[in-house]
Amino acid sequence: MLKDTLKIVITGHVDHGKSTMIGRLLLDTGSLPKERIEEIGKVSKDLGKEAELAHLADQLREERENSMTIDTTQTFFKSHKKNYVIIDAPGHVELIKNMLTGASLAQAAVLIVDTEEGIKEQTRRHAYLLSLLGLSKVIVVLNKMDIVGYDKGIFEATKKELLKFLAGIGIRPISVIPASAKSGANISKKSDKMKWYKGPCLLEALDELELDKKTVRKPLRFPVQDVYEIEGEKIIAGRVASGTIKKGQKVVVFPSGNEAKIRAVKVFGARRDEAAEGESIGLTLEKPVAIERGEFIVEKDYAPKPTNRFKGNVFWISDEPLRIGKTMTLRCATQRAKCVIEKIESRINSSTLETIEENAKELRLNETGSVVFRTKTPVVAEKIDFIEELGRFVLEDGAKLEGMGIVL
Amino acid sequence: MDYLSELENRSIYIIREAYARFRNIALLWSIGKDSTSLLWLVRKAFFGKIPFPVVHIDTSFKFEEIYKFRNKYAKEWGLNLYISKNEEALKNGACPEKGKLDCCNALKTEALKQTLQIEDFKALLLAIRRDEHGIRAKERYFSPRNIDFKWNYQDQPAELWDLYKSTAGEGEHFRIHPMLHWREIDIWRYIKREKIPIVKLYLAKDGKRFRSIGCESCCGPVASNANTIDKIVKELEVSKVAERSGRAQDKEDLYTMQRLRSLGYM
Repeated sequence: MLKDTLKIVITGHVDHGKSTMIGRLLLDTGSLPKERIEEIGKVSKDLGKEAELAHLADQLREERENSMTIDTTQTFFKSHKKNYVIIDAPGHVELIKNMLTGASLAQAAVLIVDTEEGIKEQTRRHAYLLSLLGLSKVIVVLNKMDIVGYDKGIFEATKKELLKFLAGIGIRPISVIPASAKSGANISKKSDKMKWYKGPCLLEALDELELDKKTVRKPLRFPVQDVYEIEGEKIIAGRVASGTIKKGQKVVVFPSGNEAKIRAVKVFGARRDEAAEGESIGLTLEKPVAIERGEFIVEKDYAPKPTNRFKGNVFWISDEPLRIGKTMTLRCATQRAKCVIEKIESRINSSTLETIEENAKELRLNETGSVVFRTKTPVVAEKIDFIEELGRFVLEDGAKLEGMGIVL
Repeated sequence: MDYLSELENRSIYIIREAYARFRNIALLWSIGKDSTSLLWLVRKAFFGKIPFPVVHIDTSFKFEEIYKFRNKYAKEWGLNLYISKNEEALKNGACPEKGKLDCCNALKTEALKQTLQIEDFKALLLAIRRDEHGIRAKERYFSPRNIDFKWNYQDQPAELWDLYKSTAGEGEHFRIHPMLHWREIDIWRYIKREKIPIVKLYLAKDGKRFRSIGCESCCGPVASNANTIDKIVKELEVSKVAERSGRAQDKEDLYTMQRLRSLGYM
């Protein structure tokens, strides 16, 4: 029987123990082939270092030699309750784009903080980015408890400060766990060194974590990926972003507004009359209608409102600042539209969350703010909590991805 | 939606994205279980008719069973099969006995380079998975390679949600990895569900089977009695042996795979 798979990203400031914690989870849950454990011993010896659990996630030579994660990586492991995909994210400020790459694929997050060092620049920035990405399921691990002598007072002080910060960005962690990835305390089993702590260990907290079920019926949004001509038949290919689509259903093509009727829902090798959210399918229409990539098939009674102007919360990852008047390519689902930056309403430091400036002229590397866009052609942009896929976008300049954002 | 369907739908989306952006693409088919599963997904993505070439990089050292399988299904599935061979290196005697790293580089990477130069493919679909090797775990779904095939693993582009980087710079091509998120066991469960044909070397004979196949000289079997797909799935559910443990190129030294991949190896 296949169980659920939870995709979880491990975030936090550099050197607070993200990769080590992953190594510990893999080791303690018996998820590793024998060769991998032997390899770690050998690598550490060659480098003249103590056996380093972090090397289980850090596989690049450069990562091991410098004891730092460069790029995000994904590892699989299972407990007796669930399958997991663990996404490691680098903690350096220069590597935020790699952290975002990992975090954008996650369903939940662990935020690690070195209990002694406390909250640092990337602790706050990563937490902010989790909230920007809409990752509300967060477990906090206060790591390196071995260094502070498993002291309850120090744990409580760091916890208090962190909870205050997280509340400010709308994150209410599921658990705050005192732990030591290095010694294994409270990672995969409860430690008797911290009898004062009554909550779950990390693995228990992960096993108990449940994602919110999608219960609300959403209207149909089918972003067109491509149109194929196969044996004289025109097949519209795409993935259902929301809602369901049925044979015989009356739909509208966006942005032309042309009405159409679904002749068939096509999945190779299967007979299907309908398809739901997340399915990659093909559609044929009763009568031929002009349609191409970047357009939509939507529900007749709940069609989106096309817009040329919308506001988004942007995070900037390029050395080259975002400036008012700049023309960029905006991508959202399969849409690609030229857009001009009309207004930067606020410019915010993504770590301290201080407003640097209102009505700013630019947004610099690792800054965030609300930005007004004007697109040259109408687009469909919807709120992320309404239709996820249509609520997120990236900004490109030529071949370079420079920013990402969420529709406000 | 069940787990395998989730994996499948995501892969089909990625395959269609690659074709939508580049058109002039190809699928690399090593005839192993992974790339045969990818081939299956590609057939599904395009409703049975793959609109681009399927490339087999032929080192000429492959198992006999691999060649037979290739020829049979290329015909049955109506593939536009393209055989890529570094004839010059073979003429000069390239072979595993003269050094595995050099052999892989000449007969795989260089052969592919030649094909890319002739055909000007803008993107290649490959069936690598994150769980195969730590270096592959670092990959992106859409991964650019420069004109010399170099993979700049120290500065990879951001890849957010399903919005893949898809504008190639001068001389660049993309490696597209639609199955990056699959595990070995998922592949076998999918092969079972979809009834995908596979080379028989994967099934145990006389207490041995291959978990990973490629060149005859560089692949060793593992001890196993799994002579059906069901038994392979069962075996993997409890196995603690790495999938590529029979592969010579992974063992040369710790970072051989990193070096091979940074030079353009698949």
